[in-house]
Amino acid sequence: MDLPIGEGISAAVDFMLEHFQGAFDFFAAILKFLTGGLTDLLGWLPAWVVIVVLAGLALWRVNWKFALFVVAALGVVLGMQLWEQTMETLALVLAAAIVALGLGLPLGVAMAKSDLVAAVLRPVLDFMQTLPAFVYLIPAAMFFGLGQVPGAIATVIFSMPPSVRLMNLGIRHVDVENVEAGRAFGCNPFQLLFKVELPLAMPSIMAGINQTIMLGLSMVVIASMIGAGGLGNTVLTGIQRLDVGLGFEGGLGVVVLAIILDRLTQSFGQAGRKDSPLGRLKKLFGGEGSERTPT
Amino acid sequence: MDAKLSVRNVYKIFGPHPKRALEMVRQGLGKDEIFEKTGMTVGVSDASFDIREGEIFVVMGLSGSGKSTMVRMLNRLIDVTAGSVLLDGRDITSMSRKELIEVRRREISMVFQSFALMPHQTVLQNTAFGLDVAGVPRAEREARALEALDAVGLKPNADSYPDELSGGMKQRVGLARALAVNPGVLLMDEAFSALDPLIRTEMQDELLRLQSEHARTVVFITHDLDEAMRVGDRIAIMQAGEVVQVGTPEDIVRNPANEYVRSFFRGVDVSQVFSAGDVARRDQVTIIERPGVSVRAALSRLEEHDRSLAVVHDKRRRFEGVVTSDSLLSCLRGLARDDDGRIEQAFVKDIEPARADAPLADVMSLAAESPWPVPVVDDEGRYVGTISKAALLQTLNRSDQGEE
Ligand SMILES: Nc1ncnc2c1ncn2[C@@H]1O[C@H](COP(=O)(O)OP(=O)(O)OP(=O)(O)O)[C@@H](O)[C@H]1O
Ligand SMILES: [Mg+2]
Repeated sequence: MDLPIGEGISAAVDFMLEHFQGAFDFFAAILKFLTGGLTDLLGWLPAWVVIVVLAGLALWRVNWKFALFVVAALGVVLGMQLWEQTMETLALVLAAAIVALGLGLPLGVAMAKSDLVAAVLRPVLDFMQTLPAFVYLIPAAMFFGLGQVPGAIATVIFSMPPSVRLMNLGIRHVDVENVEAGRAFGCNPFQLLFKVELPLAMPSIMAGINQTIMLGLSMVVIASMIGAGGLGNTVLTGIQRLDVGLGFEGGLGVVVLAIILDRLTQSFGQAGRKDSPLGRLKKLFGGEGSERTPT
Repeated sequence: MDAKLSVRNVYKIFGPHPKRALEMVRQGLGKDEIFEKTGMTVGVSDASFDIREGEIFVVMGLSGSGKSTMVRMLNRLIDVTAGSVLLDGRDITSMSRKELIEVRRREISMVFQSFALMPHQTVLQNTAFGLDVAGVPRAEREARALEALDAVGLKPNADSYPDELSGGMKQRVGLARALAVNPGVLLMDEAFSALDPLIRTEMQDELLRLQSEHARTVVFITHDLDEAMRVGDRIAIMQAGEVVQVGTPEDIVRNPANEYVRSFFRGVDVSQVFSAGDVARRDQVTIIERPGVSVRAALSRLEEHDRSLAVVHDKRRRFEGVVTSDSLLSCLRGLARDDDGRIEQAFVKDIEPARADAPLADVMSLAAESPWPVPVVDDEGRYVGTISKAALLQTLNRSDQGEE
């Protein structure tokens, strides 16, 4: 049998191209603004500024060992002459993450609040996550052509599901009595969300954010196939020229970014209240001796 | 008597078609039958009672009898299926969302079994939660929260986080959070059940102390009889969704409404439930002390009533002593012929009256050792009655009747 599913999808894409171009253009404009702005910013900043900022974050959120690692690893990237590509990739990941989270987190809240929304979204999310990453590239390229923006769009779609899911899960798993307490003391729905549910769901939300960023990073590399640029290009060039060394260098750059982003976002997830920025700073300047055990 | 909260024919059915199940309940079908036929659960069925201003009203019953459901309908965390709940005469069940939120912010607050504190907030912030939600400015709400913390003895821990506190301390915060909004009604759903026994009694005392300083209307859920007896002014007993009896602990022990209620109280230490005043009877001959009452006169009054014992009190009923025919006679023997004797010369020595509010347990040894009934006086020393060994045994036996 030859079910014409492929044709159907093509027709649907054509239809959407014809009728929703405006919406797509708007979406693309936002992404273009973000990716462009971030790429420009990170490209314009001298490397040492970026390194100092990231190392500072590492010191604040994790520990001095990780800060040292950040400096060393970014130094290696610089030495491999891959700084520019790494910053392009970082910009793309951050832009895609901002949009993915901007859409995903509110969707997660809607899903937690309404069983109907949850029932509709769940299969869609499953679909989005199980489809091979490459498949997103085709419609993205069709709608938006080649370049950074379609790459970012494919990344947004591919990386969004975990933040939706984990937001939903986090809110639904907030202790019933805490929610009852919120209601019993007179919270309106808005207060209940912001004073009870979101704070208590924070570890789960942060795990979702972390996963979204990590998935985004993996997708951004793939998206270089449609001209998204960055480290993915380096890897791709390595493959095309059968240049193992170049491919490996590109891969190493990705790994460095992955480790830094992962540790930093995870640290926000674990952030108990004792790790408030102020407390951290105090600890930093108050007593060098009171070093926390490295995790 | 003012009803602070008034529950009128309240029903709660859990399930997709509550009206259908409601019809069946009203036709007299039982909870189990309805569940079998429709799959719906009758949480509460035709509950009606009044909760008085300033009392601790205990709701007691086995697991699943509907206690939590009942108390949650009082602040409408759960909507009733039928009936009404009146707070100071205003029907909570028909309030708008906005009115309801106002009531929850100012008039009714709640204490939870597993404390339900917000882990990301300090003890102070937790305590100020209700005020924060109500939009009270920061300085004022923190001042009021500190006051509430002070009342439960946790002021020094204001800046701690909940996970740094013991269970008992956490529940003090829960209590302070509820008190901080200065509510007229306090709902406590098994508030002390998660605490170990020692801390639990301590918290009960704490509640009673707070209550003695400022009597609020407290609805206290528990499945623990001792707790119910300790804190409850009145107790409502729930069985399979129905309120089967409402009354003071003594009422319920004396006249249990049915076998279920009786079984609750089986094995209850009656001597803890009743006080000396509950058991004391006025069936002794009394003699009012005045100038004319002599030993001889007293003796003839005893013989006249064919008794061997009399209680002597003054004109204001203030207890003075006990005389017996033996004590009177031996006193007479020591008297000169023409001396009628003053009655206090004949008082039986070593008879100490018991206080009416003393637990019966304290009086028991007294009554057991004494050959005479134990006189009981109120807090102004006025004679209330006596407790005889026979009356004591009768009372103690009452609780065993159900076991045969
Ligand atoms: N949300 C709900 N949906 C369906 N049935 C419920 C719901 N909440 C309670 N019930 C049922 O209503 C009945 C009363 O439950 P409730 O929680 O009020 O009992 P309880 O007296 O508080 O018991 P426990 O001592 O175990 O807390 C039970 O049969 C319970 O299964
Ligand atoms: Mg319960």
